[in-house]
Amino acid sequence: RELSSESNIYIYCLNILVFVTLQQRDPMLKRDCFEDILEERRNSSDLKYALRCYAPVLYKGVTPCKANMLKNIVLQSDQLHYVINQVSQESGEAPDIIQEEASVILEEMAHRLQISTVRCFAFALSKAFKTLFQHVCVNEEGIQRLQQAIQEHPVVLLPSHRSYMDFLLMSYILYTYDLALPVIAAGMDFMGMKFVGEMLRMSGAFFIRRSFGGDKLYWAVFSEYVKTMLRNGFAPIEFFLEGTRSRTCKSLTPKLGLLNIVIEPFFKGEVFDVNLVPVSISYERILEESLYARELLGVPKPKESTSGLLKARRILSEDYGSIHVYFGQPVSVRSLAQGKVNRSTYNLFPRHIPRKPMEETQSFVNDTAYRIVRLQEDNMVLKPWVLMASLLLQNLEGLELSVLTEQTVWLRGLALSYAAFLDWPDQAPTAKVVSSSLALHRGLACVSGDRVSLVVGEPLGPVTPEEALFNRAVSVLSCASYRNQVLHVFLRPAMLAVAMLHLSDEVYNCFSFLWDMFSNDFILCPGDTVQDFEEACYLLVKTGAVQMPQQDIVMTDIGQPTLSFFNGLLEPFLQGYQVVCRYLCEEASEGLTEKQYIPAVRSFAVKLILAGNLRCYEVLSSDMQKNALAALLRMDAVRKVKVADQVTLIVNKMAVNSIDDILGKNRMISHINQTPISPSLSLVAVAEDLYRDGLTPSYIR
Amino acid sequence: PSLLLLLTLTKLTNCFLFSPRQEIMKWNGWGYSDSKFLFNKKGQAEFTGKRYRLSGMTLPSLQDWFENTFGASVKHKSPPVLNASVVPPPRLNEAFVENLKATGIPFSNEAEDRVFRAHGHCLHEIFALREGKKFERVPDMVVWPNCHNDVVKIVELACKHNVCLIPYGGGTSVTSALECPPEETRCIVSLDTSQMNRILWLDENNLVAHVEAGIIGQDLERLLNESGYCTGHEPDSMEFSSLGGWVATRASGMKKNVYGNIEDLVIHIKAVTPRGVIEKSCQGPRTSTGPDIHHFILGSEGTLGVVTEVTMKIRPIPEYQKYGSVVFPKFEAGVACLREVAKQRCAPASIRLMDNKQFHFGHALKPQVSSIFTHFVEGLKKFYITKLKGFDPHQLVVATLLFEGDRERVLQHEKQVYDIAATFGGLAAGEDNGQRGYLLTFVIAYLRDLGMDYCVVAESFETSVPWDRVLDLCQNVKERIIRECKERGVQFQPLTSCRVTQTYDSGACIYFYFAFNYRGLADPVHTYEQVEHAAREEILANGGSLSHHHGVGKLRKEWMKDSISNVGVGMLKSVKEYVDPENIFGNRNLL
Repeated sequence: RELSSESNIYIYCLNILVFVTLQQRDPMLKRDCFEDILEERRNSSDLKYALRCYAPVLYKGVTPCKANMLKNIVLQSDQLHYVINQVSQESGEAPDIIQEEASVILEEMAHRLQISTVRCFAFALSKAFKTLFQHVCVNEEGIQRLQQAIQEHPVVLLPSHRSYMDFLLMSYILYTYDLALPVIAAGMDFMGMKFVGEMLRMSGAFFIRRSFGGDKLYWAVFSEYVKTMLRNGFAPIEFFLEGTRSRTCKSLTPKLGLLNIVIEPFFKGEVFDVNLVPVSISYERILEESLYARELLGVPKPKESTSGLLKARRILSEDYGSIHVYFGQPVSVRSLAQGKVNRSTYNLFPRHIPRKPMEETQSFVNDTAYRIVRLQEDNMVLKPWVLMASLLLQNLEGLELSVLTEQTVWLRGLALSYAAFLDWPDQAPTAKVVSSSLALHRGLACVSGDRVSLVVGEPLGPVTPEEALFNRAVSVLSCASYRNQVLHVFLRPAMLAVAMLHLSDEVYNCFSFLWDMFSNDFILCPGDTVQDFEEACYLLVKTGAVQMPQQDIVMTDIGQPTLSFFNGLLEPFLQGYQVVCRYLCEEASEGLTEKQYIPAVRSFAVKLILAGNLRCYEVLSSDMQKNALAALLRMDAVRKVKVADQVTLIVNKMAVNSIDDILGKNRMISHINQTPISPSLSLVAVAEDLYRDGLTPSYIR
Repeated sequence: PSLLLLLTLTKLTNCFLFSPRQEIMKWNGWGYSDSKFLFNKKGQAEFTGKRYRLSGMTLPSLQDWFENTFGASVKHKSPPVLNASVVPPPRLNEAFVENLKATGIPFSNEAEDRVFRAHGHCLHEIFALREGKKFERVPDMVVWPNCHNDVVKIVELACKHNVCLIPYGGGTSVTSALECPPEETRCIVSLDTSQMNRILWLDENNLVAHVEAGIIGQDLERLLNESGYCTGHEPDSMEFSSLGGWVATRASGMKKNVYGNIEDLVIHIKAVTPRGVIEKSCQGPRTSTGPDIHHFILGSEGTLGVVTEVTMKIRPIPEYQKYGSVVFPKFEAGVACLREVAKQRCAPASIRLMDNKQFHFGHALKPQVSSIFTHFVEGLKKFYITKLKGFDPHQLVVATLLFEGDRERVLQHEKQVYDIAATFGGLAAGEDNGQRGYLLTFVIAYLRDLGMDYCVVAESFETSVPWDRVLDLCQNVKERIIRECKERGVQFQPLTSCRVTQTYDSGACIYFYFAFNYRGLADPVHTYEQVEHAAREEILANGGSLSHHHGVGKLRKEWMKDSISNVGVGMLKSVKEYVDPENIFGNRNLL
């Protein structure tokens, strides 16, 4: 296939460029080893552990600040005074009253970190972790780097967010290693749980409202509170870039509000540097697994309540495998901003007056956020099950155990050669690895006879077709949440594979179309299309799936299985987006409101599935529906119009149709990818080669 | 033969008559030849000569401080190479020389005279001199005009023969302003103003004096003192820097709070440019006659012409002078106090805040105490501050003060300032500490020479910044220096220290010292320059100015556009274009 002329240029420089860019993106090719922190807990007293001497070193040796003193500093700051006066002038209220309001907001927001509460948690969590998990593994080198960073610069901890456990776990780990406990930005919804909310507050959480767009005073109190802690280095600040727990286990598009706040003190020269520490928390089994799937299918999320949490005690009896927590290399904002942001533009405006960040700054922060999320992705530990789930989802009818095993081995080779951070038990025979993975995830997959297939929730009595469909969708979506964990490894070559196999001749253009289309579903750094294309080419060439004679990209003889696996990997997304397009063109009524959109698409899809015209269950996920809509909005195929209190969606049917066409060329909706992967003997040999290569350090990723 | 004899005689007298300063000053270091720090055979530091309060004294704690601060050792010497630098032969413009001879204005093309005027006191310049490295370009000749009219003649001749002129006053530039542009192919003439050193008249009715611009600060002050007056303009370099130089660089004096900076002191300026003489027609104290033309000359750094005569404000010598000092527990408290003093507009003639490092540095310069009693008192003081008041010796900082005026007023003023200081936790710490603080500024340049004898390079730089950014700027610049040193392979912790030296209504001037032990580095000067460059970038990013009083020279030219905008640069360029289209004043400073 011919490449478009513009992409030719890229290909020429490919070999050199890709090498460089890949190295830039991930300077740390070598990853640290893990230590299991539960091991010691199993061998010594939890009480002693909870009561042991805890004396962390803070930034430049500052003395920790009492919660009340911190509040006073915030309330007396020039920054807040300015906004209070401003609000007072606008509203006509006396400044004292506004000041009082600010004080109330702060009261509601502020943490009350108490070491005694932390000790309670340390004790309780030790007990809980030991029952729930086999191992809690932490990279100690990362901890050492963090310790160093905390002493030198204000530190912002940026963990991935997959579970409620995340922030308790983070604090638990930092306590274990005698590091300064973080203060954590948490959503206000936790406050609903009265007792637990206060407990969390006393273990360092501070609470922010989910939305406060126009509220100047709230924003001022909030940002000054965070900045005060950061500037003084009283404690590492922790928040979730993704804003909320990812229900799909894919990383979410980062939110910029808090990142803007923690970076600004650097631009204003209030601190020498700020260190951002990406933390990747990977769960072998997520506690909220089926809860998430139900939520995505439209069963509303249970309101956080203490009694709800107690009911969740049931989960204590299950085995959730291990957790891996990887503390990434601290990222210096100063080095990142070098040459990108001119700090002296901040010289001409008083620093205490709030100001919208300049364009230059905004795009820097946006870029930084994406890079950090990609760093999180890079260090996510993947379990064998993740590979198996990817295969099972491409074979919903089930697979022979031996075939599954064989293909898992093959996929392992591929993943390793793409530098996936795979935690494959050393020395265990493959069959054992596969069977123990199946055992751990017996809620999702079952082996009957020689066949492995997805479990469909046990029907209790007679079920309607809708209920059956719903049950099946729950297990598909649960399973997909594991496949999703590996997507970041395969995404770029997979998009290239789709571009090559399904779409038109202009491979780069197709790639770029997909890249743009999917940029809400996956973490694709803005402006990186070319770089990602190069990376994709490089990786496919490296594993021998394609060749690039001069200006072409050609599939090799042995490339078919790889490309078709990749194609199958993205198939649900392609189909999902297509269903959305079809719905908007064929079914959507004139006055479709934003609120109606999700249930309407869902029932459209249900109809298609029940009629046997669609076998893709993932389109039922509200996450995919939202992302598809966001993509269409971005591409101007759909517009939002506000009528009265409703937001209505105006569909440009021509545009949506043509997007549907591009997605659907060579494919009908009823045609699900059924190209089975049957690795021949020679293929297995290749896979073994790859595997071996993947292990040699000389291999660049 | 008689002519030859005459010529030789002139030459001899040239050296003797017209550059007496050159004879008593170091050619490869700071200040007077007879004054220098050295470690004597007992390993104790002493300061030679008789000129300063410290002269002839031993400083028992200096060696320890020196070795501890820099990881240096008195065993690792790096003495200067004694042979003078190799000097490129002069490129003379014969026609110019002929015409000049006819005017009778003395000149020389002796290597020694030329090299002496080829540099200021930047680290790289002094380092090169000590190492006997060759200067790429030095002036081809030196002329010594004796008065304004001589300058007019020289400038006319220079224009006529297309000769490059570089005005030279005290030679204390620290911005590479005196460096000859290597690309200059014309004959370069150094115009030494040192013979224009008279006070032409003194007007007690209006309290102004009309002075030739070549006069050196200390001479001006001494001569005025004889009549009961002073200018009060005391930059740290006043022993050696000249009035013309102050004007050309927008100098600032230590006591500007009472007397003002040079731009406040100047009433009238006469300068010779290639277009002719520029001056105002009256001495009105303020005028509204369009943009003040003085401000084209002030800070022009020798690019437009030569300042020949200046009318300056004078004041009666103050009746009473008193030093003082205040110890603060922390730098932050000290800055807050200075800010408050500035807010209340009650700053004494001078108020400076030294950081903790400089406080220790100052202490290392304490001469040997002779009596056990003084020892005892010192010990008590220390005990009081650190033990009873709980000041951390590694945090505390000291502000030095100088009050001037009539006795009663001074005492009243003193009380006011100490009261403010007390509200920031400051404790009065005596006159002696204050005086020693000011002493440090005069001997610091001598100390740099000592450092260079033992593998330590050092330099200072300054900036001005709004009050709210003072602390952050100090902090960030120090950190940047430490980091850059590390990255560039400096193997010992550098000394970074700062002090707030001037206060204004809206901001302050900050002065940094930066020094490091360069053992193990291939090119210490280059490393130094890279770090200083980074430090300046950090200053600018933190809201600091390109310079408060040192000027731009050639050292900081690259930042001019960012500092004053393209239009600003265009304005300055068009002035230069009009005043000096042939670039006769071709030192290429500033733009």
